[in-house]
Amino acid sequence: MRSFSYSRPSALDEACQGAESVRFLAGGTNLIDLMKSDVERPAHVVDIKSLPMRDITDRPDGGLRLGALVTNADTAAHPLVTGRYPLLASAILAGASPQIRNMATNGGNLNQRTRCHYFYDPAMACNKRSPGTGCAARGGRNRIMAVLGTSDACIATFPSDMCIALAALNATVNLHGPQGERTVSVRDYHRLPGDTPWRDNVLQPGEIVTAIDLPPAPFGPHHTYLKIRDRQSFAFAIVSVAVGLQMEDGRIRRGSIALGGVGTKPWCVPEAEALLNGQPPSHSLFRDVAERLLHGAVADRDNAAKIRLAPRVIERALWQAAVGTPQSQTDKAIR
Amino acid sequence: MNVISTHIGQPVSRIDGVAKVTGQAKYAAEPHPPGMLYGVVVNSPIARGRIETIHDAEARQIPGVIEIMTHLNRPHAALFEKSYMDGLGVPGAPYRPLHDGEIHFNGQPVAVVFAETFEAAREAAMLVRVDYERWPHNANFEVALHQKYMPSKTRSNYVPPKPRGDAAAAYALSAVKTEGRYHLAPEHHNPMEMHATTVIVEDDGTFTVWDKTQGPQAVQAYLASALSLSKDQVRVRNPYVGGAFGSGLRAVYNVFLATLAAKMLKRAVRVTLTRPQMFTHAFRPEAVMDIALGASRDGTLQSMIVKGVTDTSRFEHNMENIVIWGLINYRCPNATADYKVAPRDTYTSSDMRAPGAATGVNLLEMAIDEMAYACGMDPLAFRLHNYSDIDAMHDMPLTSKALRDAMAQGAQHFGWHDRSMIPGSMRDGRELVGWGMATGIWDAMFSPTSARARLGQDGRLHIATAASDIGTGTYTILAQTAAEAFGMPLDRIDIELGDSALPECPTEGGSWTAASAGAAVWLACHSLRTKLFAALARCKNAPSWARQDSVKLEGGALHGMNENAQDSLSLSDALSLTGQDVLEAEETAKPGLRGKISQMRKARFTHSAVFCEVRVDPELGTVRVTRLVNAVAAGRIMNPKTAASQIRGAMVMATGMALHEDSLMDERVGQFMNHNFAEYHIPAHADIPDMDVLFVNEHDDEVSPLGVKGVGEIGMCGTAAAIANAIFHATGRRERNLPITLGA
Repeated sequence: MRSFSYSRPSALDEACQGAESVRFLAGGTNLIDLMKSDVERPAHVVDIKSLPMRDITDRPDGGLRLGALVTNADTAAHPLVTGRYPLLASAILAGASPQIRNMATNGGNLNQRTRCHYFYDPAMACNKRSPGTGCAARGGRNRIMAVLGTSDACIATFPSDMCIALAALNATVNLHGPQGERTVSVRDYHRLPGDTPWRDNVLQPGEIVTAIDLPPAPFGPHHTYLKIRDRQSFAFAIVSVAVGLQMEDGRIRRGSIALGGVGTKPWCVPEAEALLNGQPPSHSLFRDVAERLLHGAVADRDNAAKIRLAPRVIERALWQAAVGTPQSQTDKAIR
Repeated sequence: MNVISTHIGQPVSRIDGVAKVTGQAKYAAEPHPPGMLYGVVVNSPIARGRIETIHDAEARQIPGVIEIMTHLNRPHAALFEKSYMDGLGVPGAPYRPLHDGEIHFNGQPVAVVFAETFEAAREAAMLVRVDYERWPHNANFEVALHQKYMPSKTRSNYVPPKPRGDAAAAYALSAVKTEGRYHLAPEHHNPMEMHATTVIVEDDGTFTVWDKTQGPQAVQAYLASALSLSKDQVRVRNPYVGGAFGSGLRAVYNVFLATLAAKMLKRAVRVTLTRPQMFTHAFRPEAVMDIALGASRDGTLQSMIVKGVTDTSRFEHNMENIVIWGLINYRCPNATADYKVAPRDTYTSSDMRAPGAATGVNLLEMAIDEMAYACGMDPLAFRLHNYSDIDAMHDMPLTSKALRDAMAQGAQHFGWHDRSMIPGSMRDGRELVGWGMATGIWDAMFSPTSARARLGQDGRLHIATAASDIGTGTYTILAQTAAEAFGMPLDRIDIELGDSALPECPTEGGSWTAASAGAAVWLACHSLRTKLFAALARCKNAPSWARQDSVKLEGGALHGMNENAQDSLSLSDALSLTGQDVLEAEETAKPGLRGKISQMRKARFTHSAVFCEVRVDPELGTVRVTRLVNAVAAGRIMNPKTAASQIRGAMVMATGMALHEDSLMDERVGQFMNHNFAEYHIPAHADIPDMDVLFVNEHDDEVSPLGVKGVGEIGMCGTAAAIANAIFHATGRRERNLPITLGA
């Protein structure tokens, strides 16, 4: 870890000063690790833990607002979340460990960085960490890397579970910055790497996530978060799927689906979701949806298995949602 | 020895447990001597080459930085002389930290920053830049296999395979044949406690070195020879060790670097490794085994051809006994084996829990399962059919082998007889259910060990030996042994371990500590007892009953017998009567203790039978281990509680071997890439079902003085194979590569 200055403002505007070399510190579960590993080298660390943004509140439209500083653990356990958004609670509980969820915040979860081995190792070429150095993950040990949304410059997987559910829920991210406030759909919040992989998301310098708004989710029991990973707890997804289906008379009125573990950002394909609309659940329908979701997937040295596995996980998740038997995060059996 | 079990064999909880959970137990990185400097190691990111320039000017600007030690400015030490040999090591030229500018492996230390705070040392370490001249290297195991060789000088513990019959001819003639290549990925030990050394410079200029090691006397000998010190000048302590699994068998680079710096700077120094740095030294070698088996139609093994290769570095020849286990454990008239090592430009692979057998037994037991199926036989019945009552490779009798009992009791407990033979035929809802089994075998070893027993004025019994308790329960079983041998309550016994100044004990490893240190403590206590009785007998002012033969030591006091049954004398009073402050005895236990040198004529092994249930989702390929039963035949069990913990811990580790642990080598740079606990997966709680451990009765008064065989490693052997075999039974698919991961 290198020397840095530290401040702990108590007002939002004070925090948003707008320098590139600033990092916001909340739970610290990701930033501190990255600083210890010499991956993040901020000149200034702005500790935002004294700011407000720590409530979960009702929205007039029947939705919820999640404060950016509410911890993942508190969010997953909040009665309004477990009651209205069990998909979100399930995805949060599928991630990390209780200790980490107790510290990690909702805003931090949006901004967590990839687990790419090469990103974490300063001796390795990594465009995301050190722009212009190249991508050592290509041709390297990349079993955990992305197969969708990759570029020549970067194949790093976006690691969050929570954000996959937020994408399926069509959540909105509220931002506050030197230019004032704005909102961004969570589906547009993260960026494809393209040739600028060092920019994970659309945040501008000084901009801060203040809250996440969830629109009403009329899914009832027809949702699931299915996460396939190398061990049954405390591992990042190889493939994960968040699904919400609005069912009506045995048909899918509207479906929403997002993939984790396979993309460089939470992976959503509106055309794939549209295939679900008005259709009764069927194997052929779900296979088509999976195919559309995986369209354009590219494997590198070690990660072709993700492309084979993902369609099966998608189909299973769609069935779990269709029949209203969401995946339990405590009973590890997949039904 | 006739041991009546008042204490030995009881499920006593760890006597060091409270010290550990309250933080009183001090580990290597915990002493904090005044003026201590923190050392942070800078490692090479290249696998082969030469250091051209070290840029440390910027790093030296960091306030608090005292010294940056490299091969250019380090002081001279005997280690750097051409003639130096590493007494701990394997054949070859041991790696010498900061010897010169040549890079032999990725992760090699190239500089150590010493600073007044850890933070300053770490920051400065990040600022050290090194230019390298890069040389070609090979870190690819497949490529290394083409260069496999047999070292001209073999490791001292290497057991050359001894062929019998004509395996090739018998294989050709066999009615049933199986053949396959089996593979095990490299694994890293990853004990919870990282390697660390704290060096204290004493007032008299001697060094007290707190090191995370499995052998304080071995590290003392290493430092003494490496730094030209006498043994009086360096004392190595490791009273508590947070796991090691073999990573602390050899001196790790931190101990030499810290001690060298302490000598150079004349200050206390601490060097701790990070988790990623735990991937820069010891690891279990990657292995392949080509196993061809031939059998007659009735399931009688006729031929066994085992060829194995493990990897080693370019500068040392690490060897493992991976190919011998089937030849020893199965009755098969024709058998042969071949072993080679494959060199690559990495650090030297090394012993990790059950070295050789964890690899060789598990891979072989997967092949045995295949053969059982090829013969259409139940895998347990097949093993019983080919059971050997002797060491079939050396044609030697065994001191004991209660494997038949282990198989029977394990099968009974598991409910094996309800198994259906056909793969894929057992289901639970959507999931396929698979039942698999395997047997395990590991050496029952003994090493000469000394121990001291001392009785003090406080009436407490003090036991000392230089053994290391790496978390296995050694403190506890030695206290139980002393309690038994001396007739003393457990709470009046103090055990002192982990100090090179204590009576000689070999490095902890090979599961020999319980048998060896246990025997030494037993002897020392008996000797002390004899001394006490003799001293009392000579003592004019002692009560007459206490001066006779008919006196016994029980419950921590002397008691009269027969007509003097009412008389007793406390040990403090007894000691006062003899006029001495302390009474002590030191003894050395040797294998031939019983007067029968049985070890020369009989082979000694621990055995086990492991049964496993898995559930596999046929579409997703996810595997859940839902039951594990391990029935172990390991002679006398000193403490069923700590012993069962050893077996369970090994079963968890073996579950990792079967399903999770996989050190991913990026051959382009020669580095293991997943060098942290987020990406190097060991089983989480959710991966581990309830595990049942059974110890079968095995009376063996030849294997070691106390009839103990040791239990630290047997739990690794067979468990991974039982899981792989259960996956076959569930799915009908043979996975011959461990670990079996998603997408396999």
